[in-house]
Amino acid sequence: MLALGYNAALVATGAGLLGVAAGVTGSFLFLRKRALVSDAMSHATLPGLALAFMVMTVLGGDGRALPGLLAGSALSAWLGVLTVSWLSRRTRLGEDAAIGAVLSVFFGLGIVGLTVIQSLNTGRQAGLETFLLGSTAGMLFSDALTIALGGALTLALAWLLRRPMLMVAFDPDYATATGRDVARIDLAMLALALAVTVVGLKIVGLILIVALLIIPPVAARFWSDRADRVVLLSGIIGGGAGVTGALLSGMAPDLPTGPIIVLIAFGLFAVGFFFSPGRGVLAAVLRHRRFQRRVHMRQGLLAIAQGQPVYERLTLRLLRRAGLIRADAVATDAGRAVAAKALLDEHRWQILRADPRFETAAALYDGLRPLDTVLTPDQLTEIDRNLRPEAAT
Amino acid sequence: MTGVEFVPLSLPPLLIGAFAALACAIPGNFLLLRRQALIGDAISHVVLPGIVMGFLLTGVVSTWPMMLGAAAAAIVAVVLIETIRRLGRIEPGAAMGVVFTTLFAAGVLLLEQSDTSSVHLDVEHALYGNLESLIWLDATGWKSLLDVEALAALPPELFRMVAVFVAIALLTGLFWRPLTIATFDEGFARTLGLPVTALSLGLVIAAAIAAVAAFDAVGSIIVIAMFICPPAAARLMTNRLGHQLGWSAAFAVLSAVLGYVLAGYGPLWLGFENAVSAAGMIATVSGVILVLAAMFGPCRHRVGAAQAD
Amino acid sequence: MELDLATDNGQPRPETTRDDSPFAIRGLTVSYGDKPALFSVDATFPAAAMSAIIGPNGAGKSTLLKAALGIVKPVSGRVTMLGQPLKRALDRVAYVPQRASVDWDFPARVIDVVLMGLSRELGLLRRVRPHHLDKAMTCLARVGMDGFADRQIGQLSGGQQQRVFLARALAQQAEVYLLDEPFAGVDAATEKAIIGVLKSLRDDGKTVVAVHHDLATVTEYFDHVFLINQTRIAEGPTVETFTAANLQATYRGRLALQQIDRLAG
Repeated sequence: MLALGYNAALVATGAGLLGVAAGVTGSFLFLRKRALVSDAMSHATLPGLALAFMVMTVLGGDGRALPGLLAGSALSAWLGVLTVSWLSRRTRLGEDAAIGAVLSVFFGLGIVGLTVIQSLNTGRQAGLETFLLGSTAGMLFSDALTIALGGALTLALAWLLRRPMLMVAFDPDYATATGRDVARIDLAMLALALAVTVVGLKIVGLILIVALLIIPPVAARFWSDRADRVVLLSGIIGGGAGVTGALLSGMAPDLPTGPIIVLIAFGLFAVGFFFSPGRGVLAAVLRHRRFQRRVHMRQGLLAIAQGQPVYERLTLRLLRRAGLIRADAVATDAGRAVAAKALLDEHRWQILRADPRFETAAALYDGLRPLDTVLTPDQLTEIDRNLRPEAAT
Repeated sequence: MTGVEFVPLSLPPLLIGAFAALACAIPGNFLLLRRQALIGDAISHVVLPGIVMGFLLTGVVSTWPMMLGAAAAAIVAVVLIETIRRLGRIEPGAAMGVVFTTLFAAGVLLLEQSDTSSVHLDVEHALYGNLESLIWLDATGWKSLLDVEALAALPPELFRMVAVFVAIALLTGLFWRPLTIATFDEGFARTLGLPVTALSLGLVIAAAIAAVAAFDAVGSIIVIAMFICPPAAARLMTNRLGHQLGWSAAFAVLSAVLGYVLAGYGPLWLGFENAVSAAGMIATVSGVILVLAAMFGPCRHRVGAAQAD
Repeated sequence: MELDLATDNGQPRPETTRDDSPFAIRGLTVSYGDKPALFSVDATFPAAAMSAIIGPNGAGKSTLLKAALGIVKPVSGRVTMLGQPLKRALDRVAYVPQRASVDWDFPARVIDVVLMGLSRELGLLRRVRPHHLDKAMTCLARVGMDGFADRQIGQLSGGQQQRVFLARALAQQAEVYLLDEPFAGVDAATEKAIIGVLKSLRDDGKTVVAVHHDLATVTEYFDHVFLINQTRIAEGPTVETFTAANLQATYRGRLALQQIDRLAG
């Protein structure tokens, strides 16, 4: 990192902090199922950027001063957020429609502003376009410092507010019942996301900053069912993507920073999507196939034991492969024995489920579990006492 | 303003803008009612990687490869979103966010890596198009509208946009009933034997085609605004689907015309010399219409006890 | 309809499996994730009768109807309607979903919803003619809602919405009527109106099957019951099947004994 020079190290630090802050705050929004509000928010920064530039120029200052631009973008983004909640609360429109309306209209208004700026100072580039896609080229030391400090501050605030925010994200009704002001905590969540958006504008741009708020939490979700771990992991994933992306683009200057960071984050998402042992696709497919086979096997065995014909091809194939039926679908000796055992098990289960004394055990019924894995031998004997008269009929 | 100026310079962009707005607003109504309004947003973001891929594969900047690339990217995006939502059990909004930002990032990266600096292909063009440049040089006045030779020189975007609009309007008319039933009550639609999955895929594909054709003419930002704002404002004006469609079409045309006029002439009226972005202004006008509908629309409030989740 | 039932896999089905019951289910297993909601359920519902599907919350009652209709995809199982595979009998089946399953904020009037029941007749493009409207109005009148035809559906009470759904099913002029919790959260007037319509359907020889949650009205309303809790517990005529022992087996510890005794008499 040192070999890359002081500036690159600074950018990487800034991007890393930004990534952690985005991952952490984004995960609260994601758990609250409002991930795309950040999309409206980031697009809504554009009119503020344009307006701030104009105001600063008119006042005789440098229109490109970062703090002023960020303040302007924060204001208009906040107005966008308020409009989203106004539309979805006051009218019958859903939040999704409100988000789409705000993001497109604010963005359109921003573009109008950009063309106004172009026509005002013809010949001199305002350079505001770099905020669309972000750029670290020509970043000033003070810019990098602003970003790093902003990221760190956001992170600290998120840490302070983590408990109420988690509670609201997990169960807003319960949070209300325990006296939390859900509306205010929601606003705090959005304000933190807003801070990340504004801070990240310079590096990743307003179109892609939303990726940093969404992809890390989604990626983290594959690895844990516990909310606090999702938040932590999401921060790590976001930070990792930020640092790696900034370093990569520092080494190869024609690799734009924002897209690289997003693609790295997506790569981390893809790993979890396919390979996570719990929620990953591969594991789920394998589990479902195993389950389907168990269901067909069991149903086939019950059909054999009750002398009913089996029609489903998968069932026949499974039974045949296990040597329980012959090629002409007639049960083998082994097949009849296993089938009889399955039927006995099913009978035992029926008795157990009708008996209120076994309520806990009955809850474990899924049609597949052999009863002797659930009960002690003594309890089985107890069940079988009830079984005999019925089995005789 | 005389016909000599209006017909060649303003009529084509006005018509293209209006047909683009209509082509997006019609499927937008159904997307809105299905709570899929943001599909339009996702589709318009992935148009960029689509056109870049189209360019890289063919090496030429011409309309058809790019439009095919964009359409392919839209379909890929929709399939990816559904896959992540179902297999990954991720809520639709987040799944959408993952997919369209990633594809957009990939598009930007491809664009920066490939040698496209010599050709007119850039992010800003994809975002806000250049409606103002779609002029009809061969026109000399109103009578050019009757001159076959001059008509042949109309911007090709106009013909494409009209064709897409007509196709979408016809398809919507044809599938009006099944689409309505499947949108209102999917389970019931299945028991009628309606191809529910095919219908919803068809709707998204129609939206993608509208988005791609419109983007080519007017840029992505109008596409997103027209998918959502006119239908949303229309929903607040009426409680009947047919009427809602009518309102949304009227709002779409109004946004396009008013937006274009304000962008072109508004600054002049205020004493400035240069016009502002027509695409941006059209989106802005549609937003103003939505705000007015949200404040005064006769059907703006939610009613009824049973709100489905 | 992409329903992967074994009967539809292209193989000729042995004649012996034909089932002439209007609505029969064999070996139906449905899972959400890896937890079976229903396991290997067999059911046979009699013609020209009112049958209730009864069981505790989460017992898979609604899932049974949805899987039987192909709305959710089963892991295994076969469904026959009117002696035919589901797909070929769908035009003679009317389904009344749970009221809460749709967004009542949808921009439609009462009459528009009832006309959806005529969509087979109307096809894609046929215009709605006066006789279609008459038919829809007759169905609305049967549920006592003819005064509400032009009302926006979101403005109706829960009971009225339920009656509109029933009117839509009536418009389908089906042989088999499948209803998911038709009495859930409705007022007494609606309950009376609905049960009157269902009984008249039965008297016309139609088959009515309803998911039902109110044990107190079972004996009064239904001829046939199907008790379910993940698997079939019992099925048969109400008088023989709706017994304390069977209820005990269905609800396990969830009903007090004296409650069961009172209900089952």
